[in-house]
Amino acid sequence: MSELTLTVMRLGFLAVLWLFVIVAVQVIRSDLFGTRVTQRSAQRAGRRDAGRPQQQTAARQAPPPQRQQPAGGRQRRNAPTKLVVTEGTLTGTTVALQGQTITLGRAHDSTIVLDDDYASSRHARIYPDRDGQWIVEDLGSTNGTYLDRTRLTTPTPIPLGAPIRIGKTVIELRK
Amino acid sequence: MSSTTNSPTHHTSTIGSIGTPSRRNTELALLVFAVAIPVFAYANVGLAINDEVPSGLLAYGLGLGLLAGVGHLVVRKFAPYADPLLLPLATLLNGLGLVVIWRLDQSKLLQSIKQAGTAAPRQLMYTAMGIALFIAVLIFLKDHRVLQRYTYISMVGALFLLLLPLVPGLGQNIYGAKIWISVAGFSIQPGEFAKIVLAIFFAGYLMVKRDALALASRRFMGLYLPRGRDLGPILVVWAISILILVFETDLGTSLLFFGMFVIMLYVATERTSWIVFGLLMSAAGAVGVASFEPHIQQRVDAWLDPMKEYTLSRQGIPGHSEQAMQALWAFGSGGTLGTGLGQGHSDLIRFAANSDFILATFGEELGLAGIMAILLIYGLIVERGVRTALAARDPFGKLLAIGLSGAFALQVFVVAGGVMGLIPLTGMTMPFLAYGGSSVIANWALVGILIRISDTARRPAPAPATNPDAEMTQVVRPS
Repeated sequence: MSELTLTVMRLGFLAVLWLFVIVAVQVIRSDLFGTRVTQRSAQRAGRRDAGRPQQQTAARQAPPPQRQQPAGGRQRRNAPTKLVVTEGTLTGTTVALQGQTITLGRAHDSTIVLDDDYASSRHARIYPDRDGQWIVEDLGSTNGTYLDRTRLTTPTPIPLGAPIRIGKTVIELRK
Repeated sequence: MSSTTNSPTHHTSTIGSIGTPSRRNTELALLVFAVAIPVFAYANVGLAINDEVPSGLLAYGLGLGLLAGVGHLVVRKFAPYADPLLLPLATLLNGLGLVVIWRLDQSKLLQSIKQAGTAAPRQLMYTAMGIALFIAVLIFLKDHRVLQRYTYISMVGALFLLLLPLVPGLGQNIYGAKIWISVAGFSIQPGEFAKIVLAIFFAGYLMVKRDALALASRRFMGLYLPRGRDLGPILVVWAISILILVFETDLGTSLLFFGMFVIMLYVATERTSWIVFGLLMSAAGAVGVASFEPHIQQRVDAWLDPMKEYTLSRQGIPGHSEQAMQALWAFGSGGTLGTGLGQGHSDLIRFAANSDFILATFGEELGLAGIMAILLIYGLIVERGVRTALAARDPFGKLLAIGLSGAFALQVFVVAGGVMGLIPLTGMTMPFLAYGGSSVIANWALVGILIRISDTARRPAPAPATNPDAEMTQVVRPS
């Protein structure tokens, strides 16, 4: 076997080995995020007909089991459609309210991952009750969840536009 | 409600909750890659040594591919959310190990001293047994928390495994270290299996006792000093590891167990003082034993002055070995890019060239670039283990994952450090790379348990159950 071929194979093998390492690191990188943030610009109307919201189609595999609203559920007037972060590092972020439970906390698998020293890892959750009324519940957090100025002790319905404060983050429900 | 609302257009970004994806297809793609690299290496060795593509190339590729494929299918079926990297990384290391073992089989020198020749087919068989155990772990261990029930049985089992080599007639003294037993013509290293069983015991024990160990302490010079009676467990483990050192004369095994305990103790209690204590105690123990145990003494001498050891061995004085110096020369002659697979002279190491010293062959033939890639792959396995521990929701799983990946990391450090002359040489083998049935089989079981824990940890959390009392509870609305 000629010297040249062996040299090419030697360097080629090292290159392939390092390529594997780099690919593996890329996989780790794509593995780090528990939630996907989609930047939205123009709406594509056709997507809504499928009954699946856009960010769910963007989700890769195995979307979590969702608690869909009962099909015959009464449509409430003044029902909020989205949750908006109004203060804190995540200001401007919104989550569409589609009958799913929204978890807040520092845990990486929360719907809204709070980067906040005052938040617990599983701080609070927001979910619709049977009538479609959105409820906020504190999950035994250390520093508490505040609705307006009151600290929550029980699951409490959220009025439209009322600020919910968790540490430095403030969120509210909007139409 | 969801399908009828108008989606807003003006906000900046939206968070959609997605479950951790299962990543099985990523794993499959990486696995194909991980099988292709050793096949390439195999062809390379054949071309370099015999000027032809080796005749067994297809069989080898298919064999490794089949084993990896079966492993992948079982993961897909029984652990669908498991980490996508552990299996491909382990497969790659195992495949590269097989190639280099086969390459050393071709060495006339090693054949003449019966150190190699038929090692590769046997190693392939051990790999098959290892993957079989890996599959068995995934099928029969549905939930790693079951292991918690066997905390104290594990302790007895681990002690039994550790003491087996000392049983007269069963234990074997190979080149000075008594860490093997001989059963039906096979040499088994029970320590490799004890590593896993002991991790189960430590995890179960520390989970229960960690509060007592963490909280009851005094602060002294910036360190939390534990109470005297809480020092009991660490003293017992220390004593056992010293006994291993004295009676089995194996520094590696001793260091591995004590190190694993200290790592788990630190993770369980978050007290840095345990690490300081652990380092002091292991240093004191190692120095103390080395001062009177001739076998350890000799290993230390060979580490401090490998050239003298080499000269003594050359003069034919028994009890000395030129391994350490030859390994260093192998690394040196490899340089940055290596001599190329099949073109080095690492067979000059003679004894254990394809087991304890296999890293020297990698160092010579793949050079610094190759050895760094190999060490990074080990690092990635450990990283995935630690990541699994971080993601695990139960404290037992956390501690077990940390213990197993910590033991894996320590083993790599102890072996690589020994071969490269950083620490005295020990009788342990490089996980997955080195020739040896016990090591390959035990480490596949270890990876199996890590995959099981990571599957549990990454499985999307079930939606919070609707409270059955919800309708009856009157919701208090603050006015």
